[in-house]
Amino acid sequence: MKFIQDDFKILYNREIQNGFFDILVDCPSIAERARPGQFINVLCGEKPLRRPISICEIDKSAGSIRMVYQVRGEGTEWMSGLCDGGTINLLGPLGNGFNIPAKSRGMAVVGGGIGTPPLLGAAKQYLADNSERSCTAVLGFRSAAAVILEDDYRAVCDTVVTTDDGSYGRHGLVTLPLEEQIAQGGIDVIIACGPTPMLKAVAEVGAAHGITTFVSMEQRMGCGVGACLACVCKTRLAGEEMYSKVCTHGPVFNASRVVW
Amino acid sequence: MSRLSVNIAGVELKNPVITASGTYGFGREYSEFYPLSRLGGISLKGTTAAPRMGNEPPRIAETPSGILNSIGLQNPGVDALISDELDWLSKQDTVIIANIAGSSVDDYSAVAEKLDKTCVDMIEVNISCPNVKKGGMAFGTDPAVAAAVTKAVRRSTSKPVIMKLSPNVTDITEIARAVESEGADAVSLINTITGMRIDINTRRPILKNNTGGMSGGAVFPVAVRMVNEVYRSIQLPIIGMGGISTWQMAVEMLLAGASAVQVGTAMFSDAYAPLKIIDGLEEYASRAGLENISELTGAVKLW
Ligand SMILES: Cc1cc2nc3c(=O)[nH]c(=O)nc-3n(C[C@H](O)[C@H](O)[C@H](O)COP(=O)(O)OP(=O)(O)OC[C@H]3O[C@@H](n4cnc5c(N)ncnc54)[C@H](O)[C@@H]3O)c2cc1C
Ligand SMILES: Cc1cc2nc3c(=O)[nH]c(=O)nc-3n(C[C@H](O)[C@H](O)[C@H](O)COP(=O)(O)O)c2cc1C
Ligand code: FES
Repeated sequence: MKFIQDDFKILYNREIQNGFFDILVDCPSIAERARPGQFINVLCGEKPLRRPISICEIDKSAGSIRMVYQVRGEGTEWMSGLCDGGTINLLGPLGNGFNIPAKSRGMAVVGGGIGTPPLLGAAKQYLADNSERSCTAVLGFRSAAAVILEDDYRAVCDTVVTTDDGSYGRHGLVTLPLEEQIAQGGIDVIIACGPTPMLKAVAEVGAAHGITTFVSMEQRMGCGVGACLACVCKTRLAGEEMYSKVCTHGPVFNASRVVW
Repeated sequence: MSRLSVNIAGVELKNPVITASGTYGFGREYSEFYPLSRLGGISLKGTTAAPRMGNEPPRIAETPSGILNSIGLQNPGVDALISDELDWLSKQDTVIIANIAGSSVDDYSAVAEKLDKTCVDMIEVNISCPNVKKGGMAFGTDPAVAAAVTKAVRRSTSKPVIMKLSPNVTDITEIARAVESEGADAVSLINTITGMRIDINTRRPILKNNTGGMSGGAVFPVAVRMVNEVYRSIQLPIIGMGGISTWQMAVEMLLAGASAVQVGTAMFSDAYAPLKIIDGLEEYASRAGLENISELTGAVKLW
């Protein structure tokens, strides 16, 4: 069985920043199979569609999965009301996850807003897999009030925070600090998650420097397991354009294959 | 389980629960949850003569108790279905229903003809997909055109032909009678109801296609009404669908006149929904002392 769908116990569900929540779920059967970059489809009460939320961190020994989500609409609002010790129904682990080349030695992680959570687990795994590796993070947020996971990242790697309005960290977009990091040398892979315009800009930076870039894409989903073809994004392979399923072919794509 | 077995147009199904076209792919994904042999049958993703890319995303939106979709019949084409999927499907020990679509009458007969010599047990003809600009809609909304498609498919295959009816019509019994008169072996209904959602911030429709087909719980009462109307106007067996998510709703659909049911959207929230419905029907049939579930078909006592 590749997919698990079941009720699990919520260890905690708490607000970490205005409208941003951190949830830890005891789900050993999912944790055992999960990889960074994969996601979980969360059942939100009576809602017909499950909400895709990225895996932020996996603790295989404790059997738990951490997710960080922002209240955006009815489903995530419902999630925010879940209580510690309560039950949540999850479907996962879904998607391909990050597949970083084994020979990579330096990675840049570029997260925008609510795109930052999945990259945290990926950065930790990357460093844990090989002690000769280094990792650096550039995290962009709208404003000081929207900064999340900064301390979590600082505990793992060099981290630069930017805000669109300059109210915290560096003023401006993530691409400038990314260029600076690349200029210092040693980066051979970039992973990014965030709003599509940011992903496109990061993909262009990666391409300009010949650095392999992976982006984690978002799309509205139906089944989450590859059956309904609701969740597609346009990709290119050998010059031919096609629609690929974000839920199974992705959510992580080599940026050179994405048609923006 | 013989208490649940039903016969539709000469094909024996071990139970009356079929997974609905377009929500279940070609079955492989859900075989990761449970053996497909548990199901009465599978209706495969709508298949066309040539591969289709489908519509631009977003292709799905939520509605009160339902969803809208505008997939646009993305599929690998009938040749790929035959070469890549049917061999595996034939080993799953369940009834295989190919679902076909086209943009001309000739398209339909070409696809049906290609499937005629395969292991597919039945052919379901989608004359109602509201998403595809060329065709789809038109076939299912005009009795004469619906009859023409039925006739062409009927001539192209010896497999049982199920005509899948569109609810986007004033009088569905008119279409049902038209397909019956041209030799359909069964009908299935309902396909999705055309709808629209708008994002109030961007003032744009959520679906890139602007409109999409509505399915899920919200359409259930419409489906029950239409199945009952069709039951009272033709002699063919009916496969009822539209919003079924529990065994109670399946019983209701059978009472309205269906001989079997399909389950689609419900699987998006619960992958095990078809199995729960089968188990619920089994228990219900035994409790109610039914010899066979088909005793329910059309048993509603209208006022
Ligand atoms: C692979 C993937 C990973 C994600 N990871 C995270 C995460 O870690 N943290 C987080 O906060 N958010 C994440 N998202 C976005 C999250 O899924 C949406 O914010 C959420 O579905 C909104 O639901 P809602 O009910 O609050 O909003 P509503 O607007 O009420 O939702 C209506 C429908 O639209 C869908 N929808 C709306 N926005 C999005 C979106 N951006 N992406 C996909 N579907 C959407 C909903 O799932 C629902 O079906 C991820 C999305 C994807 C595709
Ligand atoms: C994502 C999606 C894709 C669909 N694709 C097809 C299709 O290819 N062919 C078809 O005949 N019906 C298609 N349908 C319609 C369903 O088979 C079914 O008629 C409808 O969804 C009502 O049933 P439900 O409420 O149980 O989903 C699709 C429905 C959905 C939700
Ligand atoms: S959500 Fe169904 S195929 Fe991706």
